[in-house]
Amino acid sequence: MADQSIEPLLAKSAASGAQAIAAPVAVAVPKPRRPRRLGHLLEQEHILAGALLAPTLVILTLFIAYPFVLGIWLAVSDKVVGRPGNFVGLQNFWVNLNDTIFLRAFQNTFVYTFIATILKLALGMGAALLLNHHFRFKRIVRAGMLLPWIVPTVLSTLAWQWMFDATFSVFNWVLLNVGVISQRILWLGDGTMAMGCLILVNVWRGMPFFAITLLAGLQTVNPDLHEAAEIDGANAWQRYWRVTLPLIKPIMLVVVLFSMIATFADFQLIYVLTRGGPYSSTHVFGTYAYEIAMRAAKLGQGASISLFLFPFLLMVIVFQLWYIRRSD
Amino acid sequence: MAKQPGGVMRLDRRAFLRTVGAATGAAAVGGIPDIVTAQKAPSFPKGTKLNILEWVSFVPASDVEFKRLAAEFGKLAGVDVTVDLINMNDLNPRIASAIETKSGPDIIMMISNWPHLYADGLADVDDVAEEIASRDGAYYEHNKKVSVVGNRWKAVPLCSVPSTWAYREDWFKEVGASKFPETWDEWRKVGSALKKKNQPMGQAFGHSLGDPNNWAYSVTWGFGGAEIDQSGKVVINSKETLEAVKFTVAAWKDCLDEGGLAWDDSSNNRAYLAGTISATINGASIYFVAKRQFPDVAKVTGHAHMPKGPGGRFYNIGGQGRAVMKYSKNQQVAKEFLRWFMDRPQYDKWMAANDGYTVGPTPYWGKHPLWEKDPKLIPFREASKFGRWPGYPGPPSRKASEALVKYILVDMYAQAIKGMKAEDAVKWAESELKKAYA
Repeated sequence: MADQSIEPLLAKSAASGAQAIAAPVAVAVPKPRRPRRLGHLLEQEHILAGALLAPTLVILTLFIAYPFVLGIWLAVSDKVVGRPGNFVGLQNFWVNLNDTIFLRAFQNTFVYTFIATILKLALGMGAALLLNHHFRFKRIVRAGMLLPWIVPTVLSTLAWQWMFDATFSVFNWVLLNVGVISQRILWLGDGTMAMGCLILVNVWRGMPFFAITLLAGLQTVNPDLHEAAEIDGANAWQRYWRVTLPLIKPIMLVVVLFSMIATFADFQLIYVLTRGGPYSSTHVFGTYAYEIAMRAAKLGQGASISLFLFPFLLMVIVFQLWYIRRSD
Repeated sequence: MAKQPGGVMRLDRRAFLRTVGAATGAAAVGGIPDIVTAQKAPSFPKGTKLNILEWVSFVPASDVEFKRLAAEFGKLAGVDVTVDLINMNDLNPRIASAIETKSGPDIIMMISNWPHLYADGLADVDDVAEEIASRDGAYYEHNKKVSVVGNRWKAVPLCSVPSTWAYREDWFKEVGASKFPETWDEWRKVGSALKKKNQPMGQAFGHSLGDPNNWAYSVTWGFGGAEIDQSGKVVINSKETLEAVKFTVAAWKDCLDEGGLAWDDSSNNRAYLAGTISATINGASIYFVAKRQFPDVAKVTGHAHMPKGPGGRFYNIGGQGRAVMKYSKNQQVAKEFLRWFMDRPQYDKWMAANDGYTVGPTPYWGKHPLWEKDPKLIPFREASKFGRWPGYPGPPSRKASEALVKYILVDMYAQAIKGMKAEDAVKWAESELKKAYA
């Protein structure tokens, strides 16, 4: 609009100038410009917000929502590889509940997840408290701690497999030579022992994540609060329990939440070490679902196994998020 | 011969077969170079592609020769052939995703009863399979059973990879066994003597694809038991199976290395080569590695058949084949490749590269000179005669696969070994099999 109102004035000025000087003068007359529609649109907050969120939404829809919805559909169908599936309601879940191997996997998944998470939290917290002190080579030690977390799971698990080997276990070799044992221990040859080994490897792999994240939380705690508590006569345990822990609780809960979800869905570690054996004593949802969906080609049944825990996980997530928000 | 748009000369199928026939004849006289000489023109439209997906063989020379042959076919037929080799464990997910998305390799290797598992995604290959049988004789029963679904051939049988007993002849002689025992009873006596000398035999009972199932199925059948009967009815809970379980529990204590519950398919190879076990069921890979790296062990290693039980002598083999995918737009060239590969000049070279690790799908290949080169490998050649499939004597169906992937038979034995009463272990297996075969 502004351009259009100036135009006649400029033309008029050019005409009068021409009369005074009596010579033609070229004057640049701005052409009427179209309003910048895109810029104008993006100036509107709700449109800009939508545009910025769109790529994320597309990615979430394609790679999270679609597979999730497809998974739910498969779980309530009798889909097998190569054939269209028919809706069967909750039949797959009913079949699972009557399957002794599934029930064993169900129990194992809970045992594996809860014991591993508690150990990772306890050891991770201990490591974080130690790393929060000043000592020589602090940075190298902190970086080194992350190694189990960084190394690809399959590779590190293969190394553990070798260490647990029934014939060539380095643990057995050391224990036999030191005289602690007189017969080799079959680390992966007994259901309970094998589950213990799986938890040990999971803790070894996951503990650094806890330690580094909790360390980050510890470093946000104001030292003045500790000093004040110390002046008031609080001992080390009381300072930890009454000052440190409440302040890092939100980050601790988030780490526990992430870890529980990842441990519930663990697959690689168990599949490489035991494949669910011996006698299906170490199957968890991930490994059993893979066997049924991929090797028996029963995609519907397999999906129902992996989705079986979804309601439980959802409850855990909702509770933890609610608790964190309430704490805030 | 027809001229295609763009001036590309195209052979129709008959013309191609005539050419290949001439080439085969030439090869019989002068080998592969003569096939190339005999070839006159590309047989398929320019730009035709063929993608083949196979496992990574345990014999590296086999993969090298297969790739060379595939490239040679590519030159002969004017086709761009690519070969992808992946770990055997990764084949199932790749096949499932290929069939579901209707895209991927044109030919995929099938192991054991997979043609039954993926039948709806596989093209019929009756013409190729039957042509081979009419030339080389009838396929071994297990090769045929796993490849035919309904009345249609869903895969062209490729070979079998049998597992026989590899054993230390010197140690067996030391306990008075001049040859490997013929029956399970004799086997147990010799095994007891060996274990007393701290030279146990070795057998896996964990969850791995090959070795644990080789014992579980072969011993169950050997004692006269079976998962199902011919009609598909679950019959595992029988006195024959019970005897097999009791025998295994006794053998575990008297004859076998007690690390077996934690073993995977490679554990027995390592244990045998390290000299901690005296015998184990395995493919020829132990012997091949011994020949290369432990010649002293190779010299005293023999191979022997699975002992006979009251029900006879059996091997859990299954066999391998190659399937043309139903979604493939290159089915014709894929079939021509299979026909060409299974023709004698080509298959002969591939079999020679395998050096006795694989056994041909028809008895014709039992006459191959490689078997005379090393008599220690002869039990592998003969094992196919006693080969059976998952689900035997019923069909090797999808349900048989479910029983297999749940390790029901393996776990029946493993639980009994760990202390469950044999009767309870068999009842547990019956209950699980009824669900799998429902």
